[in-house]
Amino acid sequence: MILDGKCPTGPIEKSWDKHRQDMKLVNPANKRKYKIIMVGTGLAGGAGAATLGELGYNVEAFCYQDSSRRAHSIAAQGGINAAKNYPNDGDSIFRLFYDTIKGGDFRAREADVWRLSQVSNNIIDQCVAQGVPFGRDYAGYLDNRSFGGAQVSRTFFARGQTGQQLLIGAYQALSRQVKEGTVKLHERKEMVDLVLVDGVAKGITVRNMITGEIESHWADAVCLATGGYVNVFYLSTNAMGCSVTANWKAAKKGAFFANPCYTQIHPTCIPQTGDHQSKLTLMSESLRNDGRIWVPKKKEDCEKQPHEIAEQDRDYYLERKYPSFGNLAPRDIASRAAKEQCDDGRGVGPGKRGVYLDFDDSIKRLGQKTIAERYGNLFDMYEKITDENGYQRPMRIYPAPHYAMGGLWVDYNLQSNIPGLFVLGEANFSVHGANRLGASALMQGLADGYFVIPYTIANYLAQVKPGEVKADHPEFKKSKEDAEGQTKKLLGINGKKTVTEFHRELGKIMWNNVGMARSEASLKEAIKRIPELREEFWTNVKVTGVGAEVNQQLENAGRVADFLEFGELLARDALHRDESCGGHFRTEHQTPDGEAMRDDENFCYVAAWEYKGTDKAPELHKEPLKFDNVHLAVRSYK
Amino acid sequence: MNLTLHVWRQANAKDKGKLEKYAANDISPDMSFLEMLDVVNEDLIAKGIEPIVFDHDCREGICGTCSQVINGIAHGPDDLVTACQLHMRKFNDGDHIFLEPWRSRAFPVIKDLMVDRGAFDRIIQAYGYTSARTGGVPDGNAVTISKVNAERSMDAAACIGCGACVAACPNGSAMLFTAAKVAHLGLLPQGEVEAARRVRAMVEQMDKEGFGACTNHYECEAACPKGIKVTFISRMNRELAKTLPMAHI
Repeated sequence: MILDGKCPTGPIEKSWDKHRQDMKLVNPANKRKYKIIMVGTGLAGGAGAATLGELGYNVEAFCYQDSSRRAHSIAAQGGINAAKNYPNDGDSIFRLFYDTIKGGDFRAREADVWRLSQVSNNIIDQCVAQGVPFGRDYAGYLDNRSFGGAQVSRTFFARGQTGQQLLIGAYQALSRQVKEGTVKLHERKEMVDLVLVDGVAKGITVRNMITGEIESHWADAVCLATGGYVNVFYLSTNAMGCSVTANWKAAKKGAFFANPCYTQIHPTCIPQTGDHQSKLTLMSESLRNDGRIWVPKKKEDCEKQPHEIAEQDRDYYLERKYPSFGNLAPRDIASRAAKEQCDDGRGVGPGKRGVYLDFDDSIKRLGQKTIAERYGNLFDMYEKITDENGYQRPMRIYPAPHYAMGGLWVDYNLQSNIPGLFVLGEANFSVHGANRLGASALMQGLADGYFVIPYTIANYLAQVKPGEVKADHPEFKKSKEDAEGQTKKLLGINGKKTVTEFHRELGKIMWNNVGMARSEASLKEAIKRIPELREEFWTNVKVTGVGAEVNQQLENAGRVADFLEFGELLARDALHRDESCGGHFRTEHQTPDGEAMRDDENFCYVAAWEYKGTDKAPELHKEPLKFDNVHLAVRSYK
Repeated sequence: MNLTLHVWRQANAKDKGKLEKYAANDISPDMSFLEMLDVVNEDLIAKGIEPIVFDHDCREGICGTCSQVINGIAHGPDDLVTACQLHMRKFNDGDHIFLEPWRSRAFPVIKDLMVDRGAFDRIIQAYGYTSARTGGVPDGNAVTISKVNAERSMDAAACIGCGACVAACPNGSAMLFTAAKVAHLGLLPQGEVEAARRVRAMVEQMDKEGFGACTNHYECEAACPKGIKVTFISRMNRELAKTLPMAHI
């Protein structure tokens, strides 16, 4: 099937404004008759629920955390982009649009990216009005910094806690609506199924994580804003509770999953110290501005202290392989190069999965004081975690899975192929293409939540009769029984291995075969091994406790069960995409100096997969991508 | 290293609860405190014992989910960290470690180390926001904000809502949490216009939730993983005083 993204036609500069005029509205007095479910309360979900409530709809928002303020958007540090051009350095909506399309390696939709760039300016104004304490200069005006992938200073920031402050802004707006009575919050409830009635999304099934009760909730439209899936790799920079469950359950009900193989691996994370490790911590990429990256030339030197290794025995591999970019090579290249060194047995630190990030030369040149002023908080954080002083000995870094560019397929209105099911933020696939630039994820979450969904959902609701289906419909009962059945099944297996052991094993398969660099052989290996592991899971997992109370093992078991199915889809998508682009790198397709080689002739499309059954191959649907405003070109940062 | 844990086990809000003893063996000093608990839990599962329930999520000190009193100290013995950032190298081989949930009337225990901090959300819902509608707001640079105020507002806004301040306070007071929000919004022109209504509503809700009063122990500041200062409490008291009828005479 050829998918239609329903993008507006005509000049791109007017596309969003024209589309807004063309969409239907819901009468203010009728809005309160409609009920909307929002799953997830991060930047996209929190902003969306608050805005829809403010407009007068009845909103019910769900999150698995104990408070909507704790969504993982809170952990984003660097900043948020907008095309304000306050620094007068030549920025414009077009430039932000261009940088984002190029950064995404020409695998995003033009119209969606244009809209994102256009509303980025409204986001900053909105957040300021909410009391987000952005950095200011001494005259009292907003301050900007520059970030990766751009030559202008367009990034707004609130210290190193931008994500936290933006989320708190959305959370406060949401809290205001709770007081007004337009939004009802459901904390500690996890979505375990999507309910369709005659092929239309009409509600969700959730597990109350305190009582264990499986509940049915109906609505006239369902929005998923449930974040990314990179915990499929087990170790990632995501929070422990981030899962693919809500998206995957929707996929099993017929929502197409687009570009699952596009995952972003961030090169500057603190390496793993042992098998007990539960997650990885990201450090700012800015460290690479002054740090030099190296590994020992000889394997036998890896056990030595770094200062015992002579200069001529060090391999500054990024400077050697990419002389023009050196330590500032793009994220995907720097990540792959680190893995290659470690695969070659020359990694350092515990487990030998690490490379040195050395500030010695910079400290000699600039003095420790200057380095401390620039990166002091990162050195402190590094020392807390590793107990090593980064000024005195080189830091150790290693790449880690960080962000999902793939997600449920949506059209220009953020509606999936299931009528009434909308997908926002990282949970959808729409704007990043095959790679994401810094400071663009926060932008997308808030754009979708504050400025897109409030318009587009009205267009849908205006064509639906409110409250047509309620939770007493047989489909809800069926979904509830399925969820209860899964609980019973998981608790009844009583096998030998814990949920975490399975997750760790899946993570190893994914990281080694479907991680930063993939080949036909490694992907086929993953597609063979994941079903085996899945089968073992369903016969040998041990989940303690009962269903009718707090049971964190049961929660994890459900999430890992979904990862065990989704991981296979991710691998299949990577296998079918016989090209390299952005965060997806097939070793068969690279230039002599290791750059990704795209194949626009054959793969300039969105790959959207239709679930056909757990042990059946999914069906591929394509949405061709057209580039009318930015010409397809080789992505080069040389 | 090998450690002995004394963990508060409580099946639900109504259960009486008691300390149980568990061994934590072969613990690496590089583990975070929560990773140590993961290891202990894996061991308990293998023995058919229900694992210890504790709250956690981001494991990088920003979501504010984790909440444990470790050896009598909220978030444990290290300064300016949450429990997820505490590392086992802060402990010695053979140590006995005592783990308890946040203890406050306003934070009922849900199970083991997990408590209900919904009271914090209700304080924010009372008026912890600016009444800005989406869209239709002025340009971000239309109202200038002095760098000093923006920075001080950010100092207060750094609160992660973990509740350590309440857990550390002998009175179970939520003054530091509430004062931080009052200061965050009150220091900015966008939030200043409704400052008086805000402080009254938030303090009223705080009292209604059953938090105690502040009697200047400063334990909250000592326990705060984000270093929020008690001076914000004085600031809130001044804001509150300004709303009293006498202040206008």
